[in-house]
Amino acid sequence: MGRAAAFILRRRGGKGWHWTDIVTWVWLIGGLFIMFGPALWLMFSSFKTPAALAEFPPSILPYTSQQVSVEGHDKPLTLYDVTLPDGTTKKLAEVRRIGLFSQMVDPAKPDETIRVNINSRKPVQELSFATENYTGPFVHFDFFRYLWNSVFVTVMATLITLIVNSMAAFALSKYEFRGRSVAMLIILATLMVPLSVIMVPLYSIISALGLFNNLWGVILPTVATPTGVFILRQYMLTIPDELIDAARMDKASEWQIYWRIVLPLTAPALAVLAIFSVVWRWNDFLWPLIVLSRKELYTLQVGLSIYSGELNVQWHFILAMTVVTMIPVVLVFIFLQRFITTGIAGTGLK
Amino acid sequence: MTAPLETASKPSAVQHLGAIALAPVRLVMGLIDRPLRALQRMTGLSGMAIFFLAPNMLIFGIFVLLPLFINFVYSTTGGSALFLPERSYVGADQYQRLFDCSNYLDPLTCQEDAFWTAVSNTFWFVVLQVTLMIGAALVTALILNRNLAARSFWRAVFFFPVLLSPVVVGLIWRWILQRQGLLNFILYPFGVDPYTWLTDRTWSFAAAVGVSLWAHMGFYALILLAGLQAIPKDLYEAADMDGTKPARVFWRITLPLLMPNLVVVIVLALIRSVQVFDEVYILTGGGPGTSTLFITQYIYETGFVSQPRNPGLAAAASILMGLVLVVLTLVQLGLGRRGEKKGKR
Repeated sequence: MGRAAAFILRRRGGKGWHWTDIVTWVWLIGGLFIMFGPALWLMFSSFKTPAALAEFPPSILPYTSQQVSVEGHDKPLTLYDVTLPDGTTKKLAEVRRIGLFSQMVDPAKPDETIRVNINSRKPVQELSFATENYTGPFVHFDFFRYLWNSVFVTVMATLITLIVNSMAAFALSKYEFRGRSVAMLIILATLMVPLSVIMVPLYSIISALGLFNNLWGVILPTVATPTGVFILRQYMLTIPDELIDAARMDKASEWQIYWRIVLPLTAPALAVLAIFSVVWRWNDFLWPLIVLSRKELYTLQVGLSIYSGELNVQWHFILAMTVVTMIPVVLVFIFLQRFITTGIAGTGLK
Repeated sequence: MTAPLETASKPSAVQHLGAIALAPVRLVMGLIDRPLRALQRMTGLSGMAIFFLAPNMLIFGIFVLLPLFINFVYSTTGGSALFLPERSYVGADQYQRLFDCSNYLDPLTCQEDAFWTAVSNTFWFVVLQVTLMIGAALVTALILNRNLAARSFWRAVFFFPVLLSPVVVGLIWRWILQRQGLLNFILYPFGVDPYTWLTDRTWSFAAAVGVSLWAHMGFYALILLAGLQAIPKDLYEAADMDGTKPARVFWRITLPLLMPNLVVVIVLALIRSVQVFDEVYILTGGGPGTSTLFITQYIYETGFVSQPRNPGLAAAASILMGLVLVVLTLVQLGLGRRGEKKGKR
């Protein structure tokens, strides 16, 4: 321990501690708790039973009171640690509570009932994970449907984004043609058009196309992202034109040049865009909320928001569903975070 | 097919799987090639360029440009009908309704009091959130730029919430701020009675600011960190040799050289902040009362939720918000230009 502390507290060049060092470590450790704490708290909570969720002060880990079945009683009884008048403690099961007293039995001797003051008993707690929080939503909420809808939207939108944007980026980086700068300008100008500004007319267009209450109505407006065109175009500009000229010499068609030469060489940028797109589409909320009004079409985000907005929120299910909704993003965070951070740092786009 | 590249190692199982998964894509791409060759013969290279650009431009035109233009038309029509031909022309009535106030500083004297409440809420939200955001992001970036052990780990820590969906963010914090929640649990030993924070007007507004700060700070810190790392190290070494005080180094070297990034970050934060909606909507639903009602929620509810809905009014409000965003974007472009010129000099 001492050596570990010495290692952590060691300063470069053996210099003493400066106040900025203290600020640094307070900020970092504080950040660690504030950034991860809330999500971890949610995860621990999601394994608690509804009764444990209503407790205050709450426990960090999911505990439930232990139950025993006692001869002569139909229902399982709650087990308590009881301090008897003679000072000894015993594990007893509660039969019923009358006022300040409770009638208890020793599970070993089910015939004798003992009267105990309720202040001298404490429920026996055991660690137990309420996995029914996770299985319940599949039965009660058609959770599988939402999961499938989310996966469908995410995968389809990402595939189309990659194809459509890479084609456009190819045209804008490797061809000279009339209207190229106009096209670039249009894309640049609309980079800053947010959904909230065009919500109303976009909705009418989607309806006119018959895409209201249709997953494609969620997918299509999102796939021509200017960000994607930019990332890919910047990358394609670095591919030498000689490569393309050589391929033309060998009688390759333009389509073949696109998908056999340019696309494989753009793989790193495509990967970045794919990761971005998966996170964006998985997290989309407002637009799906507007387009999807039929229950069986909800994505996870919409379903979660609807059920958490009900008068009587079934928090034990909501928490578990939230954790499931977080899983893909957490996986991206653990394994692919590096791509995203370098992507953002390089382009300043999110 | 072309001959495979000579590689020392055998292709791995992953590569085999990848090849199998890509096989149908290859087939389709190959089949498309034939008609496309014919197209190429007919139209030449420039025709192919248009062909490559067309799908993107088509989707873009239908789902971004077209709505952008007909939004203006919508804002001059009335009624609750959805499709333009069924709507009646009312001229500037919707704008007049939005601006019909006897005292602009008091939202309750306006005909559309919800709109002005939303505007005022959004204004204070933007001021508070952007100020705190820039401060926190700058401190985080400066700290991450120090000589740290496991820097990429610490960078990831602050970046984590950025990836979470707004719905998840909203629910996480609703769960923490409820009566039996984590916040009350932490404050309990200090003698604070359990409190339902989100039913209090002031606290729920503070929560909206804090939660959006929590969710987005890492993003801005990351851009600033990239800016800090681009500052040449020899400047610091020179300052160190001259025995310059750290505070002076910060004001004279770090801050001026970080300025271009800082401007980008401030304007980006402003643009995002004006549009605040998702996580706050899940967190508070705009309440209690209208204490956390922001402009985007006003547009959404006017256009889609309220009965009868009023797409014209929503369109007018969204155009006003769009104007603010356009001004902010132009400011960013202008400042960016100036920054570039300075840099060249």
